[in-house]
Amino acid sequence: MEQAPRDPERQLQPAPLEPLGCPDAGLGAAVGKEAAGAGEEDSGVDTMTHNNFWLKKIEISVSEAEKRTGRNAMNMQETYTAYLIETRSVEHTDGQSVLTDSLWRRYSEFELLRNYLLVYYPHIVVPPLPEKRAEFVWHKLSADNMDPDFVERRRIGLENFLLRIASHPILCRDKIFYLFLTQEGNWKETVNETGFQLKADSRLKALNATFRVKNPDKRFTDLKHYSDELQSVISHLLRVRARVADRLYGVYKVHGNYGRVFSEWSAIEKEMGDGLQSAGHHMDVYASSIDDILEDEEHYADQLKEYLFYAEALRAVCRKHELMQYDLEMAAQDLASKKQQCEELATGTVRTFSLKGMTTKLFGQETPEQREARIKVLEEQINEGEQQLKSKNLEGREFVKNAWADIERFKEQKNRDLKEALISYAVMQISMCKKGIQVWTNAKECFSKM
Amino acid sequence: MEGERRASQARSSGLPAGGADGESPGGSAPFPGNSGSSALLQAEVLDLDEDEDDLEVFSKDASLMDMNSFSPMMPTSPLSMINQIKFEDEPDLKDLFITVDEPESHVTTIETFITYRIITKTSRGEFDSSEFEVRRRYQDFLWLKGKLEEAHPTLIIPPLPEKFIVKGMVERFNDDFIETRRKALHKFLNRIADHPTLTFNEDFKIFLTAQAWELSSHKKQGPGLLSRMGQTVRAVASSMRGVKNRPEEFMEMNNFIELFSQKINLIDKISQRIYKEEREYFDEMKEYGPIHILWSASEEDLVDTLKDVAGCIDRCCKATEKRMSGLSEALLPVVHEYVLYSEMLMGVMKRRDQIQAELDSKVEALTYKKTDTDLLPEEIGKLEDKVECANNALKADWERWKQNMQNDIKLAFTDMAEENIHYYEQCLATWESFLTSQTNLHLEETSEDKP
Repeated sequence: MEQAPRDPERQLQPAPLEPLGCPDAGLGAAVGKEAAGAGEEDSGVDTMTHNNFWLKKIEISVSEAEKRTGRNAMNMQETYTAYLIETRSVEHTDGQSVLTDSLWRRYSEFELLRNYLLVYYPHIVVPPLPEKRAEFVWHKLSADNMDPDFVERRRIGLENFLLRIASHPILCRDKIFYLFLTQEGNWKETVNETGFQLKADSRLKALNATFRVKNPDKRFTDLKHYSDELQSVISHLLRVRARVADRLYGVYKVHGNYGRVFSEWSAIEKEMGDGLQSAGHHMDVYASSIDDILEDEEHYADQLKEYLFYAEALRAVCRKHELMQYDLEMAAQDLASKKQQCEELATGTVRTFSLKGMTTKLFGQETPEQREARIKVLEEQINEGEQQLKSKNLEGREFVKNAWADIERFKEQKNRDLKEALISYAVMQISMCKKGIQVWTNAKECFSKM
Repeated sequence: MEGERRASQARSSGLPAGGADGESPGGSAPFPGNSGSSALLQAEVLDLDEDEDDLEVFSKDASLMDMNSFSPMMPTSPLSMINQIKFEDEPDLKDLFITVDEPESHVTTIETFITYRIITKTSRGEFDSSEFEVRRRYQDFLWLKGKLEEAHPTLIIPPLPEKFIVKGMVERFNDDFIETRRKALHKFLNRIADHPTLTFNEDFKIFLTAQAWELSSHKKQGPGLLSRMGQTVRAVASSMRGVKNRPEEFMEMNNFIELFSQKINLIDKISQRIYKEEREYFDEMKEYGPIHILWSASEEDLVDTLKDVAGCIDRCCKATEKRMSGLSEALLPVVHEYVLYSEMLMGVMKRRDQIQAELDSKVEALTYKKTDTDLLPEEIGKLEDKVECANNALKADWERWKQNMQNDIKLAFTDMAEENIHYYEQCLATWESFLTSQTNLHLEETSEDKP
């Protein structure tokens, strides 16, 4: 991971306020003890602390969620959930942490932060937010945003989001991010003052570029295909997983009925009664064990979902490249045509169609002075154009270089995280099997005593 | 001599027909040699049997036949009952082995039906040979059951599988249905063979050994449909009178049967539902593994991990399939058989009540001098014996049935638990070995990284 001293050229568009690199405002990141998000590995922490640029370590956690009511923009009452973000600074020497900041934010503010980052760091694969609405739900799980389980999972997802930003070598230095963690009031105004919404590329422009670009870097084309595949396969997986969970729930819960009937039956049996009764109890235990099992599995699903949304972040970077490339191509094309015009005017040959040419044909030849003037204008434009093309070229190459560096970083992170997620899935299955063995062994003993 | 012969035959049919030496007070039973009544019986044989076109009335061994087409009027003496009760199940001395297999479809111009092959191996003297092979259809089994119920109204006859299952059955001859039925029929015959009394029933023997034409002609003998109908009418009439004097122990028995029936029906439903849920889980799981393989195609670094996960899921899938089949073999048929048993039991209670009701009505008639009361005391005497017989038969068989039920249920549920344990153990092994391989890989990788 690159830990170069801050390099203004690496920031394609400068952040509105100076990027933080000042030692006293040092913003490193360490994995908070409350972190439940996936994939923050020790190796990340080590790299950060070894950098003597940062003097302090900071722990971030989203520790609580609270239902609030308030008035929205249209002065109507609404209910929303607010999340408590706590920042602690960890003393290097003794590892004690001190609470330095704590404030409440709601989901829409997280969204605002992310949108800002997307505009100002288009070459970065910006970490995604947890889903706004519950998707890939299986029947028992509620799709209600106010459902406490959903809120809890979202809390973890938001914490994960902040930790990902905080551990990103570039994003962590952003001032708006710092203010998000530290400045409760006025933060929204501050973000809006950056005018980032105006700087955002229009969707239409981006779409146009995607279709019309002639020579994008092949790596980005491949990356786009990859992200489409990733999105499609993870969606499919999540859908089937939800169905499997649903069915598994059914199997477990039906066994609960045995408990009730065995208990009733045991009342009329003399010898079998005790065995039936206690076996019935174990059936109840079995039936209720599925709730925790599936709750754990939801966390696994969330880990996969993060990468589902990351696919979109990858595509955003590809789009930006296409846009820049298209821009470059258009500029080059424009320059070429101006040069040609100039040449024609100078030599007197008219090869290209131009309105001026037509009108002169219709209304008479222009004077040599007029022609001279035009040539001069064109030459100026050509000069300007050449400068612009040069800088655009440079920008483009810089973008590709930086973006690709982040993409490599992302790929490694993704491989680590997904592998870990799959392993944790195996661990969950093992735990479920062990529970099953225990319950059924107990039940078998009861049955054999009947 | 005839008496002796009768007695020995009777013993072999499991229902010692009261000592030939007149111990039984009632001598007007249709004993062999009582030409009047056997003529009556034969005259009653009308061809109302569904199978046959011919109206052949074949009187084969009338003596044999008469003894076994016991009408409920047949009294048995208390002394002979003692012999019966002493007959216990002795598994070591099992001398009758029956298998039901090879379902075959037969097509005639009128209908299509299935026959099952029945192979009987025995060392019993009263069988002409030691091995028999016959083909029987469901109707034949129904006939046998009917005969057994007639001969032993208060014994607990094993249940037959249903005629048809309404739910979800499109075609009568679906493979699963046939197989399930075959297994149940096998169970049915073996249960009869294991029953201390029923195993010696003559109709049972004929069922196992007679050729098709022999059986069909034998079937025609015995009380025909009209007489059966007559009995039913009498039964309904007497049950309408209500059982006022049902003894305490039979009240308890009845309560048990009612509750048991409720519970076993519920358990049947629950078990079927579990099977259904497991099947649906299996269907979804089948899709789950392959997605990981699909994914591995676009991931370079995760190929092996994803493929391994897919492998684990597929193995768990197979384990689920095995669990399902275990359930359908060990648990479902047993539970279902006891559902049918519970219906049987209710029938047995009714028949017992009906026998008692007959006695009660006669006693009532005597008490209130409703009809000509000369013959009544004699009839009442016979009926009292009959009631006592029936009650004792039921009591003995009840204990035996309860014992069997407990064993069967215990075994079935223990098997179910065992299947589940095995399933989870298999899945555990699969995932644990995956985990080990991943940690080993990780150790390899990190040791490579170390300088």
